[in-house]
Amino acid sequence: MAIHDLKHSDNVVEITGLKYRVGNKAIFDRLNVSIPRGKITAIMGPSGTGKTTLLRVMTGQVLADRGRVWVEGKNIARLSIDELYDLRKQMGFLFQNGALFTDNTVYENVAFPLREHTKLPENLIRHVVLMKLQAVGLRGAANLMPAELSGGMARRVALARAIALDPKIIFYDEPFTGLDPISMGVIVRLIRVLNDSLGLTSIIVSHDVEEVSSVSDHSYLISDGKVVAYGTPEELEHNKSAWVRQFMKGLADGPVPFHYPAPDYAGQLLGEEQA
Amino acid sequence: MRFLLREIYYIALDFLQGVGSICLFLFRLLRYTPTALLRWRIVWQQIYSVGAMSLVLIMVSGLFVGMVMALESYHVLVKFAATAALGTGVALSILRELGPVVTALLFAGRAGTALTSEIGLMRATEQLAGMEMMAVDPVRRIVVPRFIAGAVSVPLLTMIFCAIAILGGYYVGVDLMGVDQGAFWSQMRVNVDLVDDILKSVVIKSIVFGGAISLIAVYEGYYSLPTAEGVSRATTRTVVNSSLAVLALDYLLTALLFHGA
Repeated sequence: MAIHDLKHSDNVVEITGLKYRVGNKAIFDRLNVSIPRGKITAIMGPSGTGKTTLLRVMTGQVLADRGRVWVEGKNIARLSIDELYDLRKQMGFLFQNGALFTDNTVYENVAFPLREHTKLPENLIRHVVLMKLQAVGLRGAANLMPAELSGGMARRVALARAIALDPKIIFYDEPFTGLDPISMGVIVRLIRVLNDSLGLTSIIVSHDVEEVSSVSDHSYLISDGKVVAYGTPEELEHNKSAWVRQFMKGLADGPVPFHYPAPDYAGQLLGEEQA
Repeated sequence: MRFLLREIYYIALDFLQGVGSICLFLFRLLRYTPTALLRWRIVWQQIYSVGAMSLVLIMVSGLFVGMVMALESYHVLVKFAATAALGTGVALSILRELGPVVTALLFAGRAGTALTSEIGLMRATEQLAGMEMMAVDPVRRIVVPRFIAGAVSVPLLTMIFCAIAILGGYYVGVDLMGVDQGAFWSQMRVNVDLVDDILKSVVIKSIVFGGAISLIAVYEGYYSLPTAEGVSRATTRTVVNSSLAVLALDYLLTALLFHGA
């Protein structure tokens, strides 16, 4: 596909034929993914399938061995470091642990990208920070330190920081992990509200099927470096594949066996007795 | 024998790769130094954090080092009825060697480790990755101001160390041992040379030591493994490598500056 086509494409991210290895292990093997503009797209799969790595590939933190990664019509691998940073100004990234600056207050954390990339006067920065904190319901926590926040609050502050520069795309890395039900509900609601009200494109990496299905427009299921299924939550729910059914319903046994590959059980026990 | 040669080859290769990597990192830091200096507030904060916060340690150490030097020297000089030379002896040993070297070693232990663990923990907790995702280069925003702060702080701390050490020597020599006050100062004034003993020894050595320690500290922190053990190992490496670097550079500088070889 030509650059010209991609610039006018409805897809914010286009990944074609992605290959990526770590040592001898193939993480992705000819993976194809398209992220439509303005939608919430989830990338799901079992632990260790490379979901977070895929986010890192999309954001240029990791370069693919082969294949093409286009973000907003730009080939990530061809960008200089300054061009990559320019592109990242249009992105927000919510890390699993929030990645807040531990020595700065909540207010300073949210103000950080504004201070680095804008020349706004201090009173305007204050207004923007308070508006972003209000959007995530934590205006009252502006003077707290990150150590004083619960896991859910830290993630909401990180979300306020991620949207501080009004990005076009926002990446969520396991946003629901380790949260209590109320915090989880708050994050689910925020992802939907922010996506719709700010006109964002959201990409969520998670293995929390229920929460992701409740908020996403489309989902990719990836396993063994390939896309196993793609569709709306309803389509995936009714997918005929045994693997997809096992993953979506959280069944202990199925195509992904309960037991890790091992030698014959009886033979091993007897062998041990003889030894 | 073949095995031994192969091991030596790999050790030498590792060493050269390490030196190459740290040199490239230094060039990167120097490239960003002018722009970092424009944001002087951030540099100033770091000078406070690594320099001013080391002040008490440096002053107390300087005082005791000066006192010990005076005490030891007095007991030798008194045998030759040469106690008038006490001021000269204390000043020269402090200015030429002890001041720059002890300050640098103390700085490596106090501030070098703090720099490494701070940057290493920022990596381990994804704060550096977070910064990169906000389109902010952590080398420019975090590493360079700390490097400058370390390189600026060591010469200042060395001067303070030397001044306090000489005062400590004065207290022991003149007030406790009864050496003549006039002889103490006048002998020192006559025998201490501004260029050789202050500019070359204190200033040049401390600038080189400060640069070396700060470079090693930020390099180890930036490239530490993002685990608790990784940060702890990097911190240990900072102390070991910067102490060895200071001692080796001290010999090298002494040979170059004073003996022309």
